[in-house]
Amino acid sequence: MFGWEFPPHILGGLGTASYGLTRGMAEQHDMELTFVIPKPHGDEDQSFLKIIGACNVPVVWKENDWNYVNQRIGHLMHPDEYFWLRNGIKYDFSRIYTNELGCIDFSGRYPDNLIEEIGNYEAVASVLAHQMEFDIIHSHDWLTYPAGVFAKQISGKPLVVHVHATDFDRSRGQVNPTVYAMEKRGMDAADHIITVSDLTRRTVIEKYHQDPRKVTTVHNAVEPLPNADSFTKTPRRDKVVTFLGRITMQKGPEYFVEAAHRVLQKTKGVRFVMAGSGDMMNAMIDLAAQRGIADRFHFTGFLKGRQVHEMLAESDVYIMPSVSEPFGISPLEAMQVGTPSIISKQSGCAEILTHAIKTDYWDIDAMADAIYAIVKYPAMYESLRNLGREEVNNIKWYDAGIKVRNIYNAVLGKL
Amino acid sequence: MKNICFYFQLHQPLRLKRYRFFDIGQDHYYFDDFQVEDRIRNTVEQAYLPANRTISEMIRSSNGKFKCAFSISGVVLEQLEQYAPEVIDSFKELAATGCVEFLAQPYAHSLSSVFDESEFKMQVEMHTAKIENLFGKKPTAFANAELIYSDEIGEVIYKMGYKTVLIEEAKHVMGWKSSNFVYTHSYQPKLKLLVRNVKLSEDIFLRFSSPSWSDFPLTAEKFIGWIAASPAEEEIFNIWMGYETFGQTQRFETGIFDFLKAIPYHSMENQIGFVTPTEAAKKSEPAAALQIPYPISWWGHEKDLSPWSGNDLQNEALSKLYSIGERVRLCQDKPLLHDWLEIQSADHFRYMSHKDAFGSNYETAYDAFMNYMNVLADFMERVDTQYPTTIDNEELNELLKTINNQAEEIEALEEKLKRRRKATLND
Repeated sequence: MFGWEFPPHILGGLGTASYGLTRGMAEQHDMELTFVIPKPHGDEDQSFLKIIGACNVPVVWKENDWNYVNQRIGHLMHPDEYFWLRNGIKYDFSRIYTNELGCIDFSGRYPDNLIEEIGNYEAVASVLAHQMEFDIIHSHDWLTYPAGVFAKQISGKPLVVHVHATDFDRSRGQVNPTVYAMEKRGMDAADHIITVSDLTRRTVIEKYHQDPRKVTTVHNAVEPLPNADSFTKTPRRDKVVTFLGRITMQKGPEYFVEAAHRVLQKTKGVRFVMAGSGDMMNAMIDLAAQRGIADRFHFTGFLKGRQVHEMLAESDVYIMPSVSEPFGISPLEAMQVGTPSIISKQSGCAEILTHAIKTDYWDIDAMADAIYAIVKYPAMYESLRNLGREEVNNIKWYDAGIKVRNIYNAVLGKL
Repeated sequence: MKNICFYFQLHQPLRLKRYRFFDIGQDHYYFDDFQVEDRIRNTVEQAYLPANRTISEMIRSSNGKFKCAFSISGVVLEQLEQYAPEVIDSFKELAATGCVEFLAQPYAHSLSSVFDESEFKMQVEMHTAKIENLFGKKPTAFANAELIYSDEIGEVIYKMGYKTVLIEEAKHVMGWKSSNFVYTHSYQPKLKLLVRNVKLSEDIFLRFSSPSWSDFPLTAEKFIGWIAASPAEEEIFNIWMGYETFGQTQRFETGIFDFLKAIPYHSMENQIGFVTPTEAAKKSEPAAALQIPYPISWWGHEKDLSPWSGNDLQNEALSKLYSIGERVRLCQDKPLLHDWLEIQSADHFRYMSHKDAFGSNYETAYDAFMNYMNVLADFMERVDTQYPTTIDNEELNELLKTINNQAEEIEALEEKLKRRRKATLND
C-alpha cells in the first residue's frame, strides 16, 4: 500500500482512514500488509503491518558502511533491509537530490513543492516494485497514484486506487489541471477503483469518465473509542453548537455562521463554536461580527488529539455543513461521544447514517431549524444521542476490510 | 348460514406544511393546502368515487342483499366537503339504500382513546353528530382509529352506549381462537366484539395483484370458495381494510373492481350472505370473552401502539400534546379548536417512527418530529395567551366552575323569579 499519512502524525482524515482500514484488514489472518509513507517518525503502531519510510529507501547506489547505516536510520529500519532494497535500484535517479545514503528527504507533509515530492515518491516505488514480493498494489489518494502506476508497470501486479477525495471536492469545481491529470491517469491505469462514498463514486464516473463496473464504494468506518466514557459533558447554562474542521471553502463555514444568526434571532442561551483553522477563518470572524453575533460566536483555533474529542463531547450539537465531503469522519466521532450531528446531504457519511440530521449545505433554514429542535426538544437530543451512538458503534472497519478483500479477490481472479 | 361483513375505513390527515422554528409566534396556519388538496383529489378520483359506484352497483344487482360498513373520519369528511363534495353526495346515496352502515370513531382519527379519555368522548360525540347530520343515522357500532382497542377503551365505549366494537385479530390476544365468531368484552358481556379476519383481508388489500403469491390471480369464485369451505360453525367473516385499497393500493388495472362486482353473485351461489357490523353482532351468539389488557391496533407485526408511540420522539410529542388537552377544551376560539383536532391525527406520530413511518412525506423521523414540535410550540403559545400557564389547572378549573355555576345559578334564580311572578300574577 502506498499512503501519505499514518497516525499519530496526521494532517487530515486520510491518515485516520488509512490506519482504520489497514487495521480492519489485518484482522483477516491471511493478509500481510506493507504500508509505504514518505516519512515515518518511528512511533507508528507497527503491530499489525509493516511500515516502510520512503525517505529510508535508497534510490541512488551509494557505498556505505553497515554501522554507518545503522547509526543513521537504525531506529527506523534494519540496515540489512537497506542493503537488500539497494539491490532494487535499476534506474538512474541521480538527477534527484539524495543524501549520502542515496535516499531522498521527504517532508511527509503537503509542501509547496508537492508535485516534485510526488515524483520522488514514484522513484522510491520503482525500487520497491523491483525488490519486494506482493500480490496487489493499493494506492491511497492522488498523491500516491503515480507511485502505484509505476509499480504496476514494473511488477505487472494489479493496481487498486482508493479515492478518499477528488479535486472536485476540494475546489468546489475549480479543479487544478495538474492534479486532475494525475488523478485521471491513476484511475485509468487502475484495475479497480475504491471510493469512500457513492457521492465520490458518481464524481469518479462522471468527471473522470471511469467505467462504472470498475468503481466500487467501500464506506469508511470509525475506530472504536476505547475511553469514550472518559469524555464528559460539563453541565452549563448555554447550549453549545460546534463546527469542527478546517475552515475552508470545502467545509461550508459561512453556512454555519448564517444558521447561527437565524437561531440567535429567535432564542438566546445558545453558543456557537468554530473549532479549527483555515484560510477562511478571518473572513468568518468578520462575518460573525457583521451579523452582530460575535458575543455568542467563538473561535478556538486548531485542536488536536484529545482536545478534539473533548470539544465534541462538550457540545450539544455537532454540525458539518460541507459543500462537498467525500466521506467526513468527524460526525461519526461526534456520535461516538454521544453528540447529535447535523450533516449536509453532500457528505458521503450521510449515505450510511440514519440517526443524524441531514440537510442541504445551502439550506440554512433547515439547519437552523435542526439546531433549534435539538437544543429545545429533549426527546430529539436523547434519541439522536442514544440511537446515534449505537449506530456508529456498529460501523466497523473490519466490514470495510472484508469488502476490500472481495475486490482484491476479484482483480486477482480468485472468485 | 355464513355471512361476510365488509367494513372500509376512510381517513386522510391534514398534512402539515414545512413549519420552521422562526415561524413560531408569527404564523398560525399549519397546513399544506396544496398537498392536501392534491392528495384528496387523487384518492377521490382513483379510489373513493369509482369504489362508491361499484358498491352501489353491487347493492342494485343483488337487490339489496349486499351490505357493508364505512367509518369516515371527521378530518377526511371536512376535506371532502371542501375539495370533493360529490363524494359526500355519493355516500348519501349509498346511505339511502339502507344497505350501508356508518360507524362511529373519534373525529380526528386520534389516539385520544389511549391518552386522553375526555377528549376521546368529546371526539366520538362530535363524530356521531356529524355522521347523523350528513347521513341521517346515528352510528350504533364503533371502530376506533386504527382499530385501537383494550378492555379499558371498550368499557368507555360501552358506557357511551355502543354495543358493537370492531377489533383486530392480534395473535397474542386471540391465541387459537378463530376470528370467525363474535366475542364479548372481558367484563361487560353486553359489548360484542367483531374480529377482523386478517388473512382474508390481506388477500385483498395486500396480495391481490402480487404475482409472486401462490394464489395469484385471485378471483371472486376462489375467494368465496375459501369462505364456503370453512367449518360449518364459523359464521362471520370480517373483511376490513382501508377504502383506498380499491383503486389506489390495488389499481384499477389489476381488476379489483371487477373482483368486487363478482362477489355478490358467487356468495349467493354458495348461500353466503352479507351483514353490517351491528347486524352481525345481533345475529350470532358470542363464543367467548376476550381479555385485552394492553391496547392493540391493526398495524405492524406486533399489532400494538408502537407505530405511533414506539420511540422517544413519539412519546415526547404525544405527552406534550395531551398535556394541554384540558386547557384547550376550556377555550372557545373556533380556529384554535379546529387546529387542535387536526394536529391530533395519528398519522403525524406515525411519521416519527424510525421503523414504520408508513406514508410519510418527511425524509426522516427526526424531520417529522421537528416540524410537528414547531407547530405544537406555536399552538401551545396560542393556548397560553388564552389561559396563561401562570394560573395552574386547578385554580383555573375553580374559576371556570364558579363562572359556569354562576350561569346555572342565574338561570335557576331567573326560573324562580319567573315562577314567583306568575304566582303573583295569578294571585
